Amino acid sequence: MHYKKYEPWLYLAPALVALVLVFGYPIVRLVILSLQRTSGGVVIFAGLTNYRSLFKDDVFIMAIRNNLSLLICVPIMVVVALILAVFLFEKMRGWQFYRTTLFLPYLLPITVVGLIFSYIFQLSGVLNDFLKFIGLDILALDWLGSTKLALPTLMFVIIWKEVGFGIVLFLARLMSVEEELFDAAKIDGANWWQLQWYITVPQLSTVIEFFSVVSVITMLSWVFNYVYVMTGGGPGNSTMVTELYVYLSGFRYNQMNIASAVSVLLLFFTGIFIFLELRLRERVGVPEAAS
Amino acid sequence: MSVQDKIFRIISAITRQGIVILATVLSLFPVYFMTVSSFKTKAEYIANKWGFPSSLSTKNFVTALAGEKFFIRFANSTILTVGAVAISLVIACFAAYAFARMDFAGKRTLFNLILSLMVIPPVVMIVPLFIAMVRWGMVNTYHGTILIYTGLLLPFSIYLMTNFFQTIPKEIIDAAYIDGCSNFGVFAQILVPLSTPAIITLVVVNALWVWNELLIALIFMQRDELKTLMVGIAAMRSRNYVDIPATMAGLLIATIPIVVVYMFGQRYFIRGLIGGAVK
Repeated sequence: MHYKKYEPWLYLAPALVALVLVFGYPIVRLVILSLQRTSGGVVIFAGLTNYRSLFKDDVFIMAIRNNLSLLICVPIMVVVALILAVFLFEKMRGWQFYRTTLFLPYLLPITVVGLIFSYIFQLSGVLNDFLKFIGLDILALDWLGSTKLALPTLMFVIIWKEVGFGIVLFLARLMSVEEELFDAAKIDGANWWQLQWYITVPQLSTVIEFFSVVSVITMLSWVFNYVYVMTGGGPGNSTMVTELYVYLSGFRYNQMNIASAVSVLLLFFTGIFIFLELRLRERVGVPEAAS
Repeated sequence: MSVQDKIFRIISAITRQGIVILATVLSLFPVYFMTVSSFKTKAEYIANKWGFPSSLSTKNFVTALAGEKFFIRFANSTILTVGAVAISLVIACFAAYAFARMDFAGKRTLFNLILSLMVIPPVVMIVPLFIAMVRWGMVNTYHGTILIYTGLLLPFSIYLMTNFFQTIPKEIIDAAYIDGCSNFGVFAQILVPLSTPAIITLVVVNALWVWNELLIALIFMQRDELKTLMVGIAAMRSRNYVDIPATMAGLLIATIPIVVVYMFGQRYFIRGLIGGAVK
């Protein structure tokens, strides 16, 4: 032992102070706020009133429904990332170049990307100009301006941006698989599909699970930037999500207690997946890049 | 190999290459669109949206830099990024030293607790944080916002540095103790210098995160002269008049630092991202 008993705590102290200030205290305060209400400048205990009024609010229900709809992106992202990673892994000519470019969207700020895409998907945007150019006038729709299409368009952008992480993750894992495994299967006469189904997918199962859980967390609680920049929750609340609901109720309509109640619910539901992610992280050992 | 087999092989190779090329074109198109648009005039943009510009006019860049208080926003983003990344790095290294090289009661539990903070969405904390920051007079200040970013960066940073410190052979450290090194000496003269690759990874990942962050910046840097680049960009959408080419020029300038950081640290970035996946 080269150190005294209290010494570890000296090294930990600055981190613990910062974490308590930014995570610990706010989370405790959050729960208290969600059970209070301000009436006539006086703070009163309100029990579950805030929560009850939430579930009577159609906009909040819509936000939850939209977050759940976004979960459709997860299997799509897994499949797309898997296909592209396998293709690149098979030493396609120029695979390193493709890896760099396919990963690029993951790095760009959502704010920048969102704005570019909103110009692409405008009614008079480049996509519709192109569709008219090739004679598909009927497909030139108001991608972000219609209540039916705005959410799917948003999903496209989210997938576009987040899938690169999956590709790089899967590719790295594939490269560490013993080559003999593939060779042996080929000698046994496995065709390409069998090779993928019996070797690739099982070998990748832990990273696939990890990527799925991280993506579920993203869809439930990390999509604020996309929505804020591209649609602002509209048209007609058709792209409202819980994060935006927290932001609007807390900072535009000044209903801090309602915003707190939503935050508590959000924390509770992502908490389940956070727990799952932790279990997986131990098995896979993957550090996550902040996104 | 039969002719049929050969034809099948060629077709499947073309299909695969085709799918990858399509994905690449999709990945690059927005960046391409942003770049070509930023050189066009408004009239040219309306007439020709996806083609090359007829001339390389830099007028839009001048407009972008003149309007929107571009330099102030750029400076604000830089101050927050440098401040939060530097402070969180120092604090995380100290904590990681305790986790990786010392034993104390409750170590495992504390480490797992910090790990679990990594995926807590910041949106959950903003309401109580805002109320507290108002009381402490720290809304609309650099140090207040840097404190929040530092806290948010810490879980991942501690995790990465702890893992790295654990890989440094015990023999090196023991030798340093025999040479009369103090604990702090081992930390500052052995562990930290040997961890340069991990530190670069962390700096690149964290810098990109802070630079790109929107929600915290939106709430805690509300005064106009304190707004960050991303907040400024997000506001462009809702402006009444829209000069798309000039906006694109602004976006391009805002993206360049990211591309530079990525090119400089790509190797480290991908390594940090997938680190333990390759065992």
